[in-house]
Amino acid sequence: MKITKEEVEHIARLSKLYLSEKEAEMFGEQLNKIIGYVEHLNSIDTSNTEPTSHVIPLNNVMRNDSPVLSLPAKEALRNAPDPTKKFYRVPKIIE
Amino acid sequence: MKLNELTISELRRFLDNREIKPQEVVDDIYKRVDGVEDNVRSFITITKKEAYEMAADAEQAILENKGSLLTGIPVAVKDNMCTKDILTTCASKILHNFKPPYESTVTTRLKEQGYILTGKTNLDEFAMGSSTENSGFHITRNPWDLDCVPGGSSGGSAAAVAADECVAALGSDTGGSIRQPAAFCGVVGLKPTYGRVSRYGLVAFASSLDQIGPITKNVSDAAIMLNVIAGHDPLDSTSAPINVPDFAQALGQEIKGLKIGIPKEYFIEGIDREVEDFVRLAIKKLESLGAIPIEVSLPHTGYAVATYYILATSEASSNLARYDGVKYGLRANGKDLLDMYMQTRSEGFGAEVKRRIMLGTYALSSGYYDAYYKKGQQVRTLIKQDFDNVFNDVDVIVTPTSPTPAFRVGEKAADPLQMYLSDIFTISVNLAGIPAISIPCGFTKDNLPMGLQIMGRHFDEESIFKTAYAYEQSTEWHLRRPSL
Repeated sequence: MKITKEEVEHIARLSKLYLSEKEAEMFGEQLNKIIGYVEHLNSIDTSNTEPTSHVIPLNNVMRNDSPVLSLPAKEALRNAPDPTKKFYRVPKIIE
Repeated sequence: MKLNELTISELRRFLDNREIKPQEVVDDIYKRVDGVEDNVRSFITITKKEAYEMAADAEQAILENKGSLLTGIPVAVKDNMCTKDILTTCASKILHNFKPPYESTVTTRLKEQGYILTGKTNLDEFAMGSSTENSGFHITRNPWDLDCVPGGSSGGSAAAVAADECVAALGSDTGGSIRQPAAFCGVVGLKPTYGRVSRYGLVAFASSLDQIGPITKNVSDAAIMLNVIAGHDPLDSTSAPINVPDFAQALGQEIKGLKIGIPKEYFIEGIDREVEDFVRLAIKKLESLGAIPIEVSLPHTGYAVATYYILATSEASSNLARYDGVKYGLRANGKDLLDMYMQTRSEGFGAEVKRRIMLGTYALSSGYYDAYYKKGQQVRTLIKQDFDNVFNDVDVIVTPTSPTPAFRVGEKAADPLQMYLSDIFTISVNLAGIPAISIPCGFTKDNLPMGLQIMGRHFDEESIFKTAYAYEQSTEWHLRRPSL
């Protein structure tokens, strides 16, 4: 199966990435090569095989319903590119 | 005596006998770093100031007879593990200024045992790569041959240990990122069982595969390091609530009668001649120590790389969605919110990270989910079953760590698929969640180290340590040092 240029652009949009003309061409070529390689999985019959998402059995983990201190707002905001008061400031969304 | 060249156990003895002081160890470490770092470039951040503060604390602890496993021992940490208030970049421009407000569980445990942080080591951006050439900042070179890569993604940690710029290090391993650089740099690297070590504070790449482990100068140091970092952690719901044995107890146990599986799928065309010869010699050596080699088959081995690159990239595309310029790291200007997200991600991520995010996004996208992601998960089941079957008959499995010794800088950089295929012998272990170690097993005629991989059952690191230690004690490969 071949990934078209339009599909590369679509995937980039879903990935929230801008691609230059040159990048779109390079990634398109490389993705096709990798996807082409991955296709050989289709030679295995997996019709009766359960998928594995985790190798060890996982259970829901609960903790006691008692309050604990969380990261103070000031600390949480220390790495923010544009903090204001107790908030993260971002470009305007609604005009 | 240069203190930076010693092992954890050697230093422990000298420090506890008060023959040396932690500050003297740190002096020798940074003397070495100053001497070789221009060439090797293992580190992204060198934490000299913190190291001397930690050395003063260590000295105090020793004077009060309160020394513990790592008191006064300089350890380097891969730069994808959070260290509170110390730069943690994942070798990515998108996190170039990130100082975590919290500490990862592994480094908390190192701290509790009195370690000294030497610095944060280089890696392929977000641990995506096999050569450390994908770092967003600079490449790291192999201490054995500066024209070669150190392997990856934990290339900085492996190079730092090999070059004696630290005594031990932490790496992380998603598809071979501890074991392959350990093999390329002639040191010991262990990927523990999935769930053995907490991932809290490890920046996520592929959450169902990532695992933290030690890179050390010998097998007993790896056991000491695992003793420190292993164990259940309430902050990581995937860490296993399972008892942790004293791994040092496994060292020195006899391997007489131990059954070692030799999977025929790992001795294939394309494997380097010298690598094959030395691994076969290593198997002979284990046999001479009483182990019983048995030929076994892991029939789905040839599908592991394809399976991995679907599952790992799918998980990565989801995990890396958080880098959007809002809460931390790089923010690029945009005319609106969406434009800001996209400008930030386009500017902040390198080519390999973009490639993997797009591959994962494609595999998860509507219409392709069953063909790729679900298919990958099903083949993962088959790969895991291969191991379950073989471990009914053998105690450990022995293979080469990598099909070749270290390759040259730039050799595979232009062809992502060729780079992915260099992980062919390490990837299955992550998909199955089992533990595996790489230990030095010889040198090529060009004086490049090669690695022997020993895999074990889930939560049976002890059989791995026992086997690795028996081999190491009957050889001298681990004592060689690069002439930098």
